[in-house]
Amino acid sequence: MTKQMVDTSKIPGWGADADPENDPTYPIRHIEDQKSRGLTWTRPTQQIPNVEILRSIEHNRLPAVIGTSTPPSGLSGAIRRYAFRRSESDWLHWLLLMGADRINVVEGVVEDLTRGKVPNIPGEMGARAEWQHNKTGFAVKAGATAAIAAVLVAAIRGRQSEKSVSPAAPAEPADPDKALFIPY
Amino acid sequence: MLAMNYRGPYRVRVDEKPMPQILHPEDAIVRVTRSCICGSDLHLYHGMVPDTRVGMTFGHEFCGIVEQVGPEVRNLKVGDHVLVPFNIACGKCHFCQQGLFGNCHEANAQATAVGGIFGYSHTAGGYDGGQAQYVRVPYADVGPMVIPDWMDPDDAVLLTDVVPTGYQAAEMGGIQPGDTVVVFGAGPVGLMAARSAWLFGAGRVIVIDHLDYRLEFARVFGPAEVYNFREIDDMAVFLKKQTDSLGADVCIDAVGGDAAGNALHYLFGTKLKLEAGSAIALHWAINSVKKGGIVSIVGVYGPTGNMVPIGNVVNKGITIRANQASVKRLLPRLIDHIKAGHINPKAMITHRVPLADIADAYHLFSAKLDGCIKPVLLPNGQ
Repeated sequence: MTKQMVDTSKIPGWGADADPENDPTYPIRHIEDQKSRGLTWTRPTQQIPNVEILRSIEHNRLPAVIGTSTPPSGLSGAIRRYAFRRSESDWLHWLLLMGADRINVVEGVVEDLTRGKVPNIPGEMGARAEWQHNKTGFAVKAGATAAIAAVLVAAIRGRQSEKSVSPAAPAEPADPDKALFIPY
Repeated sequence: MLAMNYRGPYRVRVDEKPMPQILHPEDAIVRVTRSCICGSDLHLYHGMVPDTRVGMTFGHEFCGIVEQVGPEVRNLKVGDHVLVPFNIACGKCHFCQQGLFGNCHEANAQATAVGGIFGYSHTAGGYDGGQAQYVRVPYADVGPMVIPDWMDPDDAVLLTDVVPTGYQAAEMGGIQPGDTVVVFGAGPVGLMAARSAWLFGAGRVIVIDHLDYRLEFARVFGPAEVYNFREIDDMAVFLKKQTDSLGADVCIDAVGGDAAGNALHYLFGTKLKLEAGSAIALHWAINSVKKGGIVSIVGVYGPTGNMVPIGNVVNKGITIRANQASVKRLLPRLIDHIKAGHINPKAMITHRVPLADIADAYHLFSAKLDGCIKPVLLPNGQ
């Protein structure tokens, strides 16, 4: 590594915005009088919600415009509603929302399947770009995925075959004294 | 219409969605001509921002043609080609009146600590974003600006976030002529921060990253001195040695919660979510700035907490300045700079991608493949 000092005289616009009075209180320092502090203001027209909106309890009212994307639903929605009982200052508020986000991913897959759509998860994860630009990475990820899948399948088959050769446990011992010797 | 559809961490696709509608008298509907994937979209893509709901459409950097306006819109008309700042701002509230358009109080029901942002989770208001063929734009008279005839739309779309965010990072640094400025992160915002530092009269600009292709780009685009942190044993010591042992005058965190460079932060912040992202860039900034210096933060972190050496902030008398960029406030000055040839934002665009290939574009950008610096989506073709 070597120092690569830059000749500032060759920089277009160098110093054009230099401001000796630029200090860390900007831009509030430009407030000229109390009136312009605007602690109250003429509010814009209020948007009427057409979907469920979760509102921070730190707001005293609904803001004038609101986003209406993806209203809360299902189990994740229930968790989000609960999370919004707590303030933005409460870590649990955010941790619950993160938990709801993860549950929402599973809900999304279920929603796809119930609509007859099998999600193309490798495609959604950009597998084509990985193949085009990082074949080694693609091979490693594909190999790791296949290995994990193989282990899971083997584990499931092992459990199934274990169950099929094991004698079924009696629902209720006929003789209470012998029950102690039943192998289950 | 076709729109990006978030399905979970690292999973996005394009689906047919209903056309957006006018829901407020100050709304407009815009047909998107260009839409970027932002580095901060990757925080959503990686599942790091709470209340990111499956089914949402991301995208807060876009421009397009006005297709429809609400009854209270006065400044825009159908057919205008506009750039749309990522902040949703009313222009009337206490904060907007002070030029803090990134902190509007009338645009986000779900949080008071964050303004309204297009396509950036419900923590930022729950608005569908511009990675779609059409998008609803609230407060259409306040944020959107008609693109000047002479301006390339590629420059215009970058004025919606990345250029003003990088510029404001330098502005918040309070840079004085001759100052040494260190920028952590050679992504598009870091590149613009480095470029902007010169506009404020910096005497020396240093960019730190770990991706050689980005550092090489920064070396030319900044232009800046560049260093790969993988080759540096101790960042604070290294930067002290570079600055006569005093530290940099200004350090800029242009990385945020997705930072590489420290296993502990990566584990706690990125993987276990016990921090609001990996804060190693901020940690380095605090420990590398001189006493009495300024740390400027534009990198995005989550709303919880981070492990950073806050005691050093006190003991060194550091000023920390941070905010979402106030795009509307900065636009006139930045347009002047583009017109004067002081900055050339479109030089950062490396990939132009149809909306249909959005999953590949996200992966390309996230995994830093194919020399990707800035991907632009074309939702309605060229």
